[in-house]
Amino acid sequence: MAFGLSIKDLNAWFGSNHVLRDIELSVAPNGVTALIGPSGCGKSTFVRCLNRMHEVVPGARVSGRVLLGSDDLYDPGVDAVQVRRRIGMVFQKPNPFPTMSVFENVAAGLRLAGMRRRSQLAEVVEQALRHAALWDEVKDNLGKSGVSLSGGQQQRLCIARALAVQPQILLMDEPCSALDPIATAKIEELMLDLKKELTIAIVTHNMQQAARVSEWTGFFLMGELVEFGTTKELFRTPRDPRTEAYITGRFG
Amino acid sequence: MNDARRRAVNVVMSWLSLGAALLSTAPLILILAFLVYQGASSVNLDFFLHLPKPVGEPGGGMANAIVGSIIMIGLASCVAIPVGVLGGLYLAGGRDPRMPWLVRFTADVLNGVPSIVFGIFAYTVLVLPMRRFSALAGGFALALIMVPIVLRTTEEMIRLVPRTFREAGLGLGLPEWKVDLRIVLPAARAGIVTGIMVAMARIAGETAPLLFTALGNRFWHQGLDQPMAALPLQIYAYAIAPYDDWHRQAWAGALVLITLVLITSLAARLAIRRRVPAR
Repeated sequence: MAFGLSIKDLNAWFGSNHVLRDIELSVAPNGVTALIGPSGCGKSTFVRCLNRMHEVVPGARVSGRVLLGSDDLYDPGVDAVQVRRRIGMVFQKPNPFPTMSVFENVAAGLRLAGMRRRSQLAEVVEQALRHAALWDEVKDNLGKSGVSLSGGQQQRLCIARALAVQPQILLMDEPCSALDPIATAKIEELMLDLKKELTIAIVTHNMQQAARVSEWTGFFLMGELVEFGTTKELFRTPRDPRTEAYITGRFG
Repeated sequence: MNDARRRAVNVVMSWLSLGAALLSTAPLILILAFLVYQGASSVNLDFFLHLPKPVGEPGGGMANAIVGSIIMIGLASCVAIPVGVLGGLYLAGGRDPRMPWLVRFTADVLNGVPSIVFGIFAYTVLVLPMRRFSALAGGFALALIMVPIVLRTTEEMIRLVPRTFREAGLGLGLPEWKVDLRIVLPAARAGIVTGIMVAMARIAGETAPLLFTALGNRFWHQGLDQPMAALPLQIYAYAIAPYDDWHRQAWAGALVLITLVLITSLAARLAIRRRVPAR
């Protein structure tokens, strides 16, 4: 059984720019929660708050609570590094480490954290690559540079890299926006598989994608969470007129 | 009519820019050719293996100066590479905007300071208190020249590494220092090594800061706290001496110096190319 997240009264700033206002929502365990909204609405900032990545940017600030199980990730005693071990992240553009091979990319999280035993690493790497549905394509070329793979393979490599440290939650920030439809379909299929073991929150520009992969959807607009509900309800019977306008393509 | 004019301008400009390009490479080629012409005949095995001979005796070499140069460049590098690279890392990742500004400004000013000033400085803080000229003082003066170059190139190169690699590393739950040292720094490695090579090449040829620090020496090195020979110093001493034989040796020394610099930078580039997988 995986953990979920509950977010309470979350606010975020870049300098004096208030980019997220009073967000409350829950990310259900073993499910996919999609976050949609027009560019600049704060959805990316929101997921970056969930693994304390927002604060990496100079001048960025967060207030509020994010509960993983019963632990508040913003408790003063909590180390951001530990949070990120439990909550992995996949980015918009595939970003395998350029100086590392396929194997080294997947092993990076564990190896740089101090795991040395080659056999153990090899096992974890294989498992992560299998999980990311990439193993069959790269198993004979584990020594090849990570950036020599195709875009879709690179993104699955990044997913494998995130999975290798065995996070409880996986955050995906528009993971398919740089990929073609076939690579996108592969990643969507993969998400359905992954949610058996962990919890996924995905930011997407693509409403069809949200409808296909998620059980829950949140609609963000100008830093506010306008509506949050089951994906079915939100797309079929939106409560808020702004949500309806957005999903029917009347703005944004 | 207009078309013909456009074509004519195109031809003229193309030839002009080709001419400018050739003109800018000509000095290097001429210098190399002249060095080979003047110096090659005096470069032989003895030159690399033997000490300078006293005036009037033919033959001899600059072995001590070659070794001395390598030792002092090594000394300078031992200080300047860690300081410059770590400092550059700090500048590129800095959060407090004031301190990086100060460091950057200082480095830029240092880059523009005439090298003899570093020599005077090293003379004051090392040679005078130690009461002797020494390799240590020479290496120190050279390190002062090298640090700002390494620092600024490291900073520039690290800035070129996309932020997303850094975030990917942090996203794996790695502490910041490990992300910087094991992911960001290697990604910028090729550029940083090039910067280090440029800095080494620059100090390899510096004469002024060594004049009153390392001083020069006609014998094998006698310890880091003693005066030491260096190629540029030896070239200088031989070139202004009134003996034809010494002039030939000076040419040979210059040729050897420039060859050593070329070989090191080529070797470093090849080494990097092999270790970084193709993109």
